[in-house]
Amino acid sequence: MPLNPSITDQMQKTRDAWFRTVTFLFALSIPLLLLLLVVILVGQALPSINIFGAGFIFSSSWDPVRETFGALPYIYGTLVSSLIALIIAVPLGLGSALYLAEVSRSKIKEYLAVMIELLAAIPSIIYGLWGIFVLGPLFGLSMLSGGVILAIMILPTIAAISREVFRSVPNIFKESAMALGATRWETIKLAVFGPARSGILGAIILGLGRALGETMAVTMVIGNRPEISASIFAPAYTLASVIANEFAEASSDVYLSALVELGIILLLITMVVNGLARLLIWKTVGKNNIF
Amino acid sequence: MLRKITVCLLGLVFLTGASLGLTLNGAGATFPFPIYSKWIYEYNKTTGIQINYQSIGSGGGIKQFTAGTVDFGASDAALTNDQIAKAGGDALHIPTVMGAVAISYNLPGVSELHLDSDTLAGIFLGKIKKWNDEAITSLNPGVNLPDKSILVAHRSDGSGTTSIFSTYLAKVSSAWASKVGAGTALSWPAGVGGKGNEGVTGVIKVNEGAIGYIELSYAMTNKLPVVTMKNRAGKFVKPSIASTSAAAAGAIRKMPSDFRADITNAAGADSYPISGMTWILAHKQQKDAEKGKALVEFLRWSLTTGQQYAEPLLYAPLPENLRARVMDAVKSINY
Repeated sequence: MPLNPSITDQMQKTRDAWFRTVTFLFALSIPLLLLLLVVILVGQALPSINIFGAGFIFSSSWDPVRETFGALPYIYGTLVSSLIALIIAVPLGLGSALYLAEVSRSKIKEYLAVMIELLAAIPSIIYGLWGIFVLGPLFGLSMLSGGVILAIMILPTIAAISREVFRSVPNIFKESAMALGATRWETIKLAVFGPARSGILGAIILGLGRALGETMAVTMVIGNRPEISASIFAPAYTLASVIANEFAEASSDVYLSALVELGIILLLITMVVNGLARLLIWKTVGKNNIF
Repeated sequence: MLRKITVCLLGLVFLTGASLGLTLNGAGATFPFPIYSKWIYEYNKTTGIQINYQSIGSGGGIKQFTAGTVDFGASDAALTNDQIAKAGGDALHIPTVMGAVAISYNLPGVSELHLDSDTLAGIFLGKIKKWNDEAITSLNPGVNLPDKSILVAHRSDGSGTTSIFSTYLAKVSSAWASKVGAGTALSWPAGVGGKGNEGVTGVIKVNEGAIGYIELSYAMTNKLPVVTMKNRAGKFVKPSIASTSAAAAGAIRKMPSDFRADITNAAGADSYPISGMTWILAHKQQKDAEKGKALVEFLRWSLTTGQQYAEPLLYAPLPENLRARVMDAVKSINY
């Protein structure tokens, strides 16, 4: 019995069909947008793809004057700076989220939570300026400075999301663990971390996504030198930074398309990282996890 | 109801269109943006003509000019013959103002530093690594230079400033010419990159032992010490408005009729060697008579009345005799 008796069954069916079609089209717009993005990028990058081929990914030379281009130092810089950021931000973020959600009973946690969210709202150029004057003298303009600034930027993402995840773990889990005689640490390990695993991974992935694509703050402290160095105190360069830096003044076609090809590589890296993370989540917790 | 709204909207479109009058669109170099916006503002006050200038960078300006999406372009680097052909073959370079690229450094206690072209090239090539290297100390007798590593700072973004700086080094150093070359973005043999003049200024400010090249106005407003450079005549000259104008005057004898000259390493005892011109790009044959007329009038105004606004903004005005020649080129624009 429909809520409105004047609507016949037939009308109801056509309306449902319409609704299904329209929402399907809306949903379709997302993969379509992605496809369009890739098509346009590949089209723009064709001159560079034709000239350099696969060697583009493995070459370390980036010389706009002689028009030889290679992406390896930028790929390396992007991956390593993001890795440094994760190494610093994951324990800090999870630790603070755990304190806010599970450990603390004092009023102070509400203020702390607000401050974490505030950190997420600071524009990246502010982080960059701060980085120049604080991290620069400390670690030099280097891979480490870039990694640290990224860590600070993704920390609120990881902390805020994992706090929500911890809080949504049903109390009954914790109570059961306590009832079985678990210590507080055992309770957290078994009854909070266990069920929240996929949510935590999700928080880390979101943080990593931001780190891979961050442009402004990183370029201000990383030294912008396309070189692969074993030392994290040496200057480096990332994919997003070089595109932002050089796009406006790139005048030749090859130069421009090489920059676009860097964009494709960045897109692929983020897609692969996200895909791997998705696999990891499915593998560890199964597809029917509550989060 | 719907018709009423449509009529209202149409009326609005016509009204705003009429009140805006003529609008010229330009895009290009960031280096002259402060003076161009001053000109545009002053010119609009007296004539009512609206000019939109977007400082998207010289490369972007050339692209937009070639594509014909703007009425004029602006660039710190002259077009190549190839680029002129692509832009329709009738692109004129109209010099507007000049600027100096200052070499700034951070060495506490050292307020005067003299360098010559070979030493400067050696530093930026990464061959001279310490401040007390003999090449530097021999040029600075009596100056106490520390046993400190040199940190080279350069632009990470493509820029006309880099183009002027590298054009100079490629001209005076064969090692630089063969290894690095000249352009808006380079494969740097040494140092770290800062984004924009402000980025390089920041690197110099916070790192003791740093040296970098920035537009003169940035060195002055940030009160950074600047290197006194040895010019072609063998004299040591500080970057200033006067020494930049002197460079243009020194280069004027060899100035080609299309003004596509670089004035780096110019002749003349008072010339600062790392100076550059910036150009507005305009088609000789204007498609739109009304817009063409407005553009010519704006260019004439900026080459006469407008030049007085250059010095307060730390640009060097064009020397008198060059201005007369540029004016002839502006007059040659057909509309």
